[in-house]
Order: sequence, then C-alpha cells, then structure tokens
Amino acid sequence: MKGAKILIESLLKENVEVIFGYPGGAVLPLFDALYDAPLKFILTRHEQAAAHAADGFARSSGKVGVCLATSGPGATNLVTGIATAHMDSIPMVAITGQVKTSLIGNDAFQEADVIGVTRSISKHNYLVKDINDLARVVKEAFYIARTGRPGPVVIDFPVDIQMQEADFNYPPDVSIRSYKPTYFGHPGQIKKALQLIYRSRKPVIISGGGVILAQASPSLLKLAEKIHAPVTSTLMGLGGFPGTHELALGMPGMHGTVYANMAITECDLLISVGCRFDDRVTGKVSAFAPEAKIIHIDIDPTSISKNVRVDVPIVGDAKNIIGQLLEELNTSKLPDTAGWNEKIKEWKKKYPLVYKKTGRRIKPQYVLEELYKQTKGKAIIVTEVGQNQMWASQFYKYDYPRQFISSGGLGTMGYGFPAAIGAKIANPEKTVVDIAGDGSIQMNIQELATVAAYDIGVKIIILDNGYLGMVRQWQELFYNHRYSGTTLKNPDFVKVAAGYGVKGKRVDKEKDVKSAIKEIISYKGPVLADFLIEPEENVFPMVPAGEAINRMIGGMA
Amino acid sequence: MKHIIQVLVENKFGILARVASLFSARGYNIDSLNVGETQDATISAMTIVVDAPDERILEQIKKQLNKLIDVIEVVDFTRREHIERELIFVKISREAKEEGVISKLIKDNKLSVVANGGSDCILLACVDRQSEEEILRELKKIGIKELVRTGKAAIRK
Repeated sequence: MKGAKILIESLLKENVEVIFGYPGGAVLPLFDALYDAPLKFILTRHEQAAAHAADGFARSSGKVGVCLATSGPGATNLVTGIATAHMDSIPMVAITGQVKTSLIGNDAFQEADVIGVTRSISKHNYLVKDINDLARVVKEAFYIARTGRPGPVVIDFPVDIQMQEADFNYPPDVSIRSYKPTYFGHPGQIKKALQLIYRSRKPVIISGGGVILAQASPSLLKLAEKIHAPVTSTLMGLGGFPGTHELALGMPGMHGTVYANMAITECDLLISVGCRFDDRVTGKVSAFAPEAKIIHIDIDPTSISKNVRVDVPIVGDAKNIIGQLLEELNTSKLPDTAGWNEKIKEWKKKYPLVYKKTGRRIKPQYVLEELYKQTKGKAIIVTEVGQNQMWASQFYKYDYPRQFISSGGLGTMGYGFPAAIGAKIANPEKTVVDIAGDGSIQMNIQELATVAAYDIGVKIIILDNGYLGMVRQWQELFYNHRYSGTTLKNPDFVKVAAGYGVKGKRVDKEKDVKSAIKEIISYKGPVLADFLIEPEENVFPMVPAGEAINRMIGGMA
Repeated sequence: MKHIIQVLVENKFGILARVASLFSARGYNIDSLNVGETQDATISAMTIVVDAPDERILEQIKKQLNKLIDVIEVVDFTRREHIERELIFVKISREAKEEGVISKLIKDNKLSVVANGGSDCILLACVDRQSEEEILRELKKIGIKELVRTGKAAIRK
C-alpha cells in the first residue's frame, strides 16, 4: 500500500470523520488518496482556519481534531492554530507535507523546518523518514494527543514517503516507555487533601479546563454539593460546573466577578482542579488566596508549584482524583460552611455583573443576555479574543461542558469563526454562535467562503464598536485616552457577507436586538450579523495588570 | 546554584534540539551539556549542568524535561552519591610547558601531554570538581592559546 493510503487508512482506524485542510504540491499524493476515502474533507480558505476548525471540532466533541496542509507556507500557516491548541491542551493531529527526503535541508521550494518551528508549540512532533514507521507514528500521535494532558501533535510527512509502498499493519496498541502519564492520585495525597477539607470552614473550588478535558463535570458537581463549596470556573473551565447552579461563582481573575475574586481572597481552602493558575487568573501572585491552603489537582506535574505555592499537590486525572476524594470522604467530619455560603450570597447580591442600558445605542451585554434567553442557554458559544470574549464569558451562562469555546491561553484573534465551523460540523443539530469583534472577525473573514460552500450554519454576531476594543480600553484607562493604532475603518460587513453569498444583517438600535436575534437563530444557514454597539463600552469589573484580584475597578452597582 | 542532572533519552534524531530548546524557551541556563550513547544503543545519557537560582526553578527544569515525550528518566545528582569528571584540553607554547607550575602538574599526573610537535603542545586534564578549580587557577598563571572542555559527565555510585 502507498504511504498516502496508509495514512488515510490509519486515520480511519482512529475513527477520524473529518479533516480540515488545504492542498499543495507536497501533499498531492495524500489528496489523491483522500479523493475516494470515506472521510469528510473541509477545504478552508486559509490553513490557519483549518487548524482552528480542527481545534473547535475537538473542543466541542472531545474527539481528536485533524488538520492537513502542505509543506512550507502551508505548514507555517498552521502554526498559530497549533500554538492555540497547545496553550489550551486541545487534542489535535496536524499533518503537514514536506519536501522529499533527499531535498530536506536544501532550502527546496516550499521547504520549512516544520519540526524545528513547531517543537515548542506542540506536545510532540514526528518527521516520517521511513515508510515502515508511518502506521506506528500515526498511532502514537493520536495516543499522545488525547492522553495525559492533551495537546497537538504534528506529523511531518515527506512527499516521497507518501508515494513509497509498504505493508499496512496498524499496531493494536501503543507502548512508549518514556511517556506514562499518571492517572490516579497518590493515596497519601488524597488523605492529606481530605484532612484540609475537614478543617476548612471557607472552601472554594476553582475549576479549570482540565475538568472539561477529563470529563470530570458530574464528579465535580457531586464534590461541590457534598462539601458545600462554591465553585469559580476559569475562562477555560466555563461550563465545567453549571453556571446557573447556586454554588456557581462565575469566572475569577482579571474580568471575573467581584464575588469570585472576594471568595478567593478570603477563603481558607482553595481546591484547584485542572487549572494552571494563569496570570490572568491570579493577578498579583503574592496577594492571591493569601489566607488559603491550596490543593492542586492537575495531570501535568509542571503545572504544580509553577505559579503559586501549593500545600497538597495531587497529580493525576481530575475525574479519577475527585472520585478518589468522594470515595473516602466522610461527610460527618465536614465543618459547617453555612456562614461562608451566606457571606457569598450577600456578595453576589451586592456586586452582580452590571451594565446600563441607554435605550438608544446597543449595549453588547444586552446582546449576550438576549442571546442567552432566546437560545435557552443551550447554544455553543465560540468567541474571538478581546472585549467580545469577556462579555461572552460574563453575560451568557454555561451549564454544560464543551459549550463555551475560546482561545484562552494564547488569546488568538481570528480563532472564533473557524473554530465555530469545526464546532458546527461536530454538532450539526446545535446552534453555534461566534461572538466576534469587528477586529477579530477580519482576521479570518475569508472563511465566509467555506460556510457558504458547505452551507455550514454558523451564526456570527459582530459586536462592532469600530475599535480594537480591549486595547482601546487599556489605552483609555492606562494610557490617557491615546488611541494609538486601535481605530478601525471597517468595510460594510453586510455587503462583504453578500459578496460571499452569506446572509448579512445590520442592527443598530437597541429596540431591534430582540427580533434580530430571533431572526438570526431561526435562519437555517450561515448568517453574519453586524451589531453596532456603544463604541467606548468597557469590560468591567477589571483588575489592573499586576494588581491583587480583590482590587477591582468598575462594574460595582 | 549549580546542579548536575542526568537525563536518559531515546537515542533519536532531534532529541538534543528538544532539550536545548526547552532550556532556551523557558529561560534556563545550561552550564554544560554532554551526551553519548549508553550500554543500550537506543538510549543516550545526557549530563547537564544547570544554574538554577532556586529550588522551585530546579524542580520546574526537572519536570519540564520529564514532560518531553522522548525523555525516559531525569535524575538529579545534587543529593545523590555520584562520580563526575570533565576533560580539559589546553594548548600552550613549548616554552610555557617548561614553566614550573606546568611541569609540576605534569609530574603529579594532573596534566598529561597528548601532542608535542611544532611550537605548541597540547595537554589534557581529567578533572573533578576540586581539581578543576586548582588546574584552572594554575593554568591562568601562564599564557593559554586555546582551552576546550568536554563538559561534565557523571555517573551514579
């Protein structure tokens, strides 16, 4: 069997259903093999979008996303997408063509050192130099991508190897002696953690993306309810714990809720599950959870004691460890946390997320609230990066894992639209909405051609303020209103959509928001809706960079 | 503080680059790095001398190394009994060789002459942590033309 065919057969063995990609010279044999393979191929209009779409597919389904590009520029265009997936621990396999092995290192046409370029932004990468390694490499790549702390794996596949012949034997299992993730918590650490839980009168759980990746949501809910601990979900963790639950605190950190940040600052025990204490979460580290003992549950040992000091680290899979804790938990030993929960209730009442409607200009928060209402909280919300992302995290409540999809770690503008394409393909029956800014949407706007060609019913809501809003907000607050490089002269987005054959809509009055959203979500195909919002609306509350997280500005009613 | 870390890795193409780029990407300093095949041809042993400002960073370095897929084992020699050695080549002029400090080191078997033709000669020292300091101190007293070091290799006792 030819190498190209071996790759396709291997993907089928891994139950791959869809590949996002773009052809080119160094993947011609692969595309030829793809032509009559029982695999869906989605041709994006830029390789970066293929990587983000594979990522959105993975985040919304829990399966490994697959993208494919040619050598050189095709591969380098994937880089931002691979780095995005890497920062957020998303399982993905990126396949790149490479010039033929005899030319590698010769600065051949469309050659780039993809292994070198992707080394620090992927979980692992492979250059296939021998056709006999190919099936094993694919098997290992999928295994590495989805196990342990998930992440993207790159397979660089020279064009001559794609044409070589070999027997196809897909290995039944994987054994990598140097890669053995820890899945169960150390029993001694579980006991120590329980002792801290028994002593805590003011516990808080911080739930990160790891909860979603490990499918630990039901266990986490059980734990929180048993120990009566309020739960704050990081941006990556939104939906991991039901956002409408009475124990839910919303998001912590820079644009988190006041009550989440107050709770972290005053708690005596912080149980972190699958959260790596990003600087956007902690603010000033020395003032982060100053009163608390910290239990840190994470599958990646490097996450532990990297940013914050930890009292009881537990390395392993979040679902297993919570299971271990629940198994040994003696509820009769739990102290009374009623006073603490009462205090939190008061904070919630006193400091809700707020904004002021004007009756004229559209407030972005109102758009999100209305979208939440009309989709009954059940849509998959994908975001770009910046103010749109923060409003989407604050004013839509996420009750289900894999419902909120956003580039958290890398903060990649242009991520949302292609990721929404991937999410819609994985969830054709669900409403998928990309919450965009007028800046971000233009970073991958060419994908309107993709949604038009395949009739992918993604809804784009542009919160259009004519600025690169988040940067403008910082310039307003910290750079004396000097709006340097942040003013946008935009195209007519409705006409742009029309040019691509996509339904477009402009909404510029508050009173039209309700009906517009109804129209957008009931329309079958793709829609781009341009909501002209209050230009200088800010995201509040806000913790200024480097400040303690209880030193918030704005947004206090 | 300097620490010696042994890293056992898959003897595969690109592994040195993975280790080296981990250090540079995360801003850790390598003092020396020495690598070679072990008794098992599929495994290489790296001896890395790192300069870690504190325990936390040392821990991170070890954990980050372990996280690399092709790394089999990471052993910190800081608190383990081990033997360490390094080879130092020195090129000096023939005249310098005759100076007292050098001839004494040669006589004491701390330096050996490995090439002795033309106007220069090449000396070799096999040093451990103590003798390294002594030899370098003595050598600085004469004019060295070239100095080449292998970096430390270390083995568990």
